[in-house]
Parts: sequence; structure tokens; C-alpha cells
Amino acid sequence: MSKLSINNLSMRFDLPNGSFVQALKDVSLEIESGELMSVLGPSGCGKTTFLNILAGFLSPTEGTVTLNGHAVTGPSAERGMVFQQGALFEWMSVRDNVSFGPRMAGRKKKDYMDNVNHLLDVVGLQDFKDKSVYELSGGMQQRVALARCLANDPDVILMDEPLGALDALTREKMQGLVLKLWKETGKTIILITHSVEEALLLGQRLLVMAPRPGRIHKEYRLPFAAAGVGKDLRVVKRDPEFGEKREEILSMIWDMEEEIMGRTEEAKA
Amino acid sequence: MIVLAIYIAIFCAAFIVVRFVISKIRVRRDFTSLKTVTFGDESAVRPDRWASFLSVLTLFCLWGAFTGSDWVPFHAPGPFVGDTQFTYTMEAPDGARDDATVHARVFPAGEKGDPQDVAPGDGFAKDDSIALAAWRSDLLLMDKNDEFTRKDGAKVVAIDGQPVSPGSRIEVANGTVAVTSKGSLNFVPDPGMQMEPIWLPSPEAVVARVKEISVRGYQNFTLWEHLYWSLFRVIVGFLCGAIVGIPLGYAMGLSGWFRGWFDPIVEFMRPVPPLALIPLVIIWAGIGESGKIILLFLAALWIMAISARAGVSGVAISKVHAAYSLGASRWQVLRYVIVPNSLPEIFTGARVAMGVCWGTVVAAELVAAEKGAGMMIMVASRFQLTDVVLMGIILIGVIGFSIDILMRKAEDWLVPWKGRT
Repeated sequence: MSKLSINNLSMRFDLPNGSFVQALKDVSLEIESGELMSVLGPSGCGKTTFLNILAGFLSPTEGTVTLNGHAVTGPSAERGMVFQQGALFEWMSVRDNVSFGPRMAGRKKKDYMDNVNHLLDVVGLQDFKDKSVYELSGGMQQRVALARCLANDPDVILMDEPLGALDALTREKMQGLVLKLWKETGKTIILITHSVEEALLLGQRLLVMAPRPGRIHKEYRLPFAAAGVGKDLRVVKRDPEFGEKREEILSMIWDMEEEIMGRTEEAKA
Repeated sequence: MIVLAIYIAIFCAAFIVVRFVISKIRVRRDFTSLKTVTFGDESAVRPDRWASFLSVLTLFCLWGAFTGSDWVPFHAPGPFVGDTQFTYTMEAPDGARDDATVHARVFPAGEKGDPQDVAPGDGFAKDDSIALAAWRSDLLLMDKNDEFTRKDGAKVVAIDGQPVSPGSRIEVANGTVAVTSKGSLNFVPDPGMQMEPIWLPSPEAVVARVKEISVRGYQNFTLWEHLYWSLFRVIVGFLCGAIVGIPLGYAMGLSGWFRGWFDPIVEFMRPVPPLALIPLVIIWAGIGESGKIILLFLAALWIMAISARAGVSGVAISKVHAAYSLGASRWQVLRYVIVPNSLPEIFTGARVAMGVCWGTVVAAELVAAEKGAGMMIMVASRFQLTDVVLMGIILIGVIGFSIDILMRKAEDWLVPWKGRT
């Protein structure tokens, strides 16, 4: 089974003036196959650095990441990535974007086309498959990005604020879609977000990170993602426990932000 | 000055007429017409087609009016043509004075004819008769037929009753008379406000010249051959520049070694105008085809290299990351992500490079060539064939404009996503 192990991950950026930024310090984590984990934290807590290391775009200064027993050293098709926006290829049609991975792997068209068409159906873009991606709305573009990632059949899907640039209504629909895809495909999904509500809804596990140095502050195991599959997400949000957890995490992040502000003021003084 | 004043007057008058008359007749019903804020909103500023039409028409009419064209119904006052006369007063050495009349006959420009027959008249100063063409002047040795000449000590003391001395200039009917330092008279008929054909030929003369040169040729080649050779050089030079420059730009955008190695060369060569290379290229390669093509190659090379490099730098890193996470190899990232993503930049560069190449080829042909549009107008200017020069300039402009339009069409067709990401 695909298992992602993260051992004592540290990331340190040296600055030209001799000082350094400790983006991550001693992050250790085991992620089981099929888990849906959301990562939340104030800005500057290293969550994007964390994701970039998992994707293989950065190598950590210390520690290791292993997937299925072998070390992660660079980007690979086993770890798919969904970006916030602008990562689609404008010069290709929707269908060519979705079939990009299989095509690059040199697979035969008849082997992958059924799967591509199925995914276009799942994300509801069958009628738009011959359009250019710049003709689609932001929500549709993100659905293309999801389908493109799934068409490659990765073991782990990494999402870097995939819904961050969408309007509230589209965002809610897309959250439902992410849950549905998670349930149907059984993929391991790690999702970074700014929104506490989204982290609660789309996190079987929820990781709250703290800044300076970037580290895991607290971890939750939540029932809302499992409960929300195939349901109206607003019903889930009305759950009193959901509200409690939201308040708890919000105040936690508020405290962190205030601490940062305080520290900056101290540094100034 | 007068032409500029007329031009400004037409500009203002046309603006007022179009704004207040035509816009009342035709009410526009598009979205832009509903915008209330248009001053400062660049997207609401659209070229007024009436203004464009009137602008071209005005230029053409001014050209016709000031060259006496048959194609334009109104003209600026032309040069004086016909018969006129003035009198001069001779003073004999003994102080006696006598008047004589000069009969001038002015023929239309370019024509020749005989002067009028005039009776010598009485007195010691005899009447004279001269013939000249419009825009020319005539030096009149008025004392040749007189009883006392300047050698005898006689001199002109007045013209049309106004006292004169050597160096003075007098307005007479339909012209001016200047007294030279040696005491003879120089008659210049009124030039009017039109341009001489040698300065600015009329539109029909230019069109006639196009017809003539396209059939009979000029300097051993027909007009189309001259233009073909210029275009051929541009296209070959540009293609060579693009074939070398684009891969070079990619290499500079993708590899630190390539960038370090070629940066000084490219950054140094970019600000050197290609025209400054003409002398060196002539020394190295002569004035034949290879020299021209080397020059245009150098003109296009740096522009294409820099635009390809900019195209690579312009790739959003998330696209490259996405391609790698989807399992693409380096080669596939280059082929399917970097190259298509840099096409808009490369097209912009290609448009600039084509413009520069076209300008450079004409300049290179002005300096030395056996054939080509630039060579044609340069040789024509040496023989003062202004109509050929003007025709050449117009055709060079039309071709340059057409090249740019073709490049834009190709751009719309090949990179439809440009500016829409």
C-alpha cells in the first residue's frame, strides 16, 4: 500500500545578509493510503514549502520523505499536483490537457481515452472537451486541473490552495467534488488551504501548522469529511461540533497571528 | 508654413463637421457609446474611421493641390505663365536718361519657345524681349542692343520708375527683377505656391512612373524585380536569424552556462544599430547578396534570441512544475510547455525583427547594391527623378505595412491564447 513517511523534515533558507529563515523544523508524519489530510496555518508557516518538498520540487536541508519505501528526490508522476490557478496549458484543448500525463508516458490513445472521457464526465466537462482552456471559467479550469491530475493515476494528490481563487459559491460546489473524487478514487490527498471551514470539511486529518520555525502545532482527526461525502455540505456545517471546532481553530490561528505581530513589534522596538 | 496652417485648419474643420453633423445623423448603439467616462478610459478610445478616411484624403488633396494635379479639382496658385513686361531706365555716361521696355514671355514648366518680336523703340535704350519657362529665371543683358553699353559707362538706374543699384531687388508685374553686382538684370517670374515637379511630382506623374517602370524597368530591372530582391533578402536574412536566434535564446533561457557565455555578446550587440555594421559587412562580404543577407541575419539574430529568452523566462513556474508532476521528461517539458508558452513572445520579436530587417535592407541598398528598392530610389535621386524616389518610398511603406499585417494575422492564427491567460 502507498504510505507516505515524513521524517524530521527541516528546511532552512540562507539569506544573502547572513541570517536565515527556518521555514520548517523537525516535521515528522505518517500518512496512510487513502487519507484525506488538510493543512492549515497562518501565512509564512511553511505549508507551501512543505508541499513543494512532498512534490519533489525542493529538497529539504534535513530529513527524508519516502513514498512506498523509496525516497522522494524529484517530481514524478506518482505524486500529482493541483495548483491554485494558471497551471493549465492554454495551447491545448481541455481534452489534451486532461490526457497530458498518459500522452507523455507514451501510452496508446485507445488505452487512455476511455479513462479521460470518464473523468471529463465525472467533473462535468464532457461538453467542453474541445474548447480551449482560456474559454472556461475559473471553476471549470480547476475541474480540468483535477481531471488532469487524476488521469495520470497518481498515488498521492497534492493540492496547493486549489480553490483559493474561486468565488464562494463555486468553491462550495468544488469542495463537494473533491470529497466525491476522494471517495470514488480512494487516493491519498493532501490539501493546503487558508480557509478554516474548508480545512474542516476536507480534512479527515487536519494539520495546524505554526510559523517561525514552521512546525506542526496540532493535529485533529475529524468526522466531517466522511460525513460530507455525497451530502449537502451546508448540513455538515450546521453541525454544532463543526462550529465548535471552527471556533477553536480560528482562535488558535488568531493567537499565532497576534504572537507574530507582537514579535515583529518587539523586533522593531 | 502655409501648408501646415491649411492642414491644421482642415483638421479642425473636419473634426467639428464630423463631430456635430455626422454623429447626429448616425446614432451609435454599442456598449462603448453608453460609457459616460471616456476621457482617460483607453478602452473607450477607438479610432474614428471618418478621421482616418479624411486624413488620407486631406494628404492626397494637399499633394494634388500643391502640384497642380489633374486629379484634384482645386489648386494652389500656380506659377505665372504668359506675357508680362517691365521697364528699365538707362543712364548714359553723359547723364542722359532713357526708358526701355522688356517684354517677357513665360511658358509652362518644361516648355520652350521664342520670345516676342518687338520694335526697338526710340531713344538710345532699345526695348528687349525674353522667353523663359515657369520657375526659371533669365539673365538679361539689356544693354546689348542699346547705343550705350555698360562698357561705355552706362548703367540701369531705375526699374518701373523705382531707383535701383547693383544688388537691389524690385517687385514688378508677375515677377521680380534683381540687379546683379555687374549691373545686368535677372528676371524671375512669379513662382506661385505650387511645388516644382523636381521637388514634388504630382500624383499622376508618380502613377505613370509606376506603370512605366513595372513594364520597362529601371536600371536593368523591372520594379517587381527590385521589390522582389529586397523582399527576398529580408525573408532569407530573417529566417537565418530566427533559425539561429531562437535556439540560442532557448539555450540562454535554460542553461546558466549558455546565458553566461552569450549574455555579454547579445547585450553588446543588441544596442548596435544594424546600419552601423554596413561598412564592415561590405568590407567582409562585398555588396552582393551574401553581404546583405549577413547584415539582415545579424539584425534579426539578437532580436530573436532576446525574445526567445524572454519567452522562456515568462513561463509560469507552476506550468513547468505541473508538467513534471504529470511525468513529463525534460525534453517533453521543452516541447510541450516551454516552446508553446514562448510563442507569443517570439511572435512579438518576429514582428519587430521583420520591421528592423525591412528598414535595414533598404538602408543597405541605399549604400551599395545592384538591385533592390533602396538602390532604385538612390540612383533615381542622383538623376533627380523625384517621381521614382516618391514611388519607391510609397511602395517601401506599403510593403512594410503589409508585412506587419501578415505577421499579426499569423499571430492570431497560431497563438490565439495570447493575452488571454
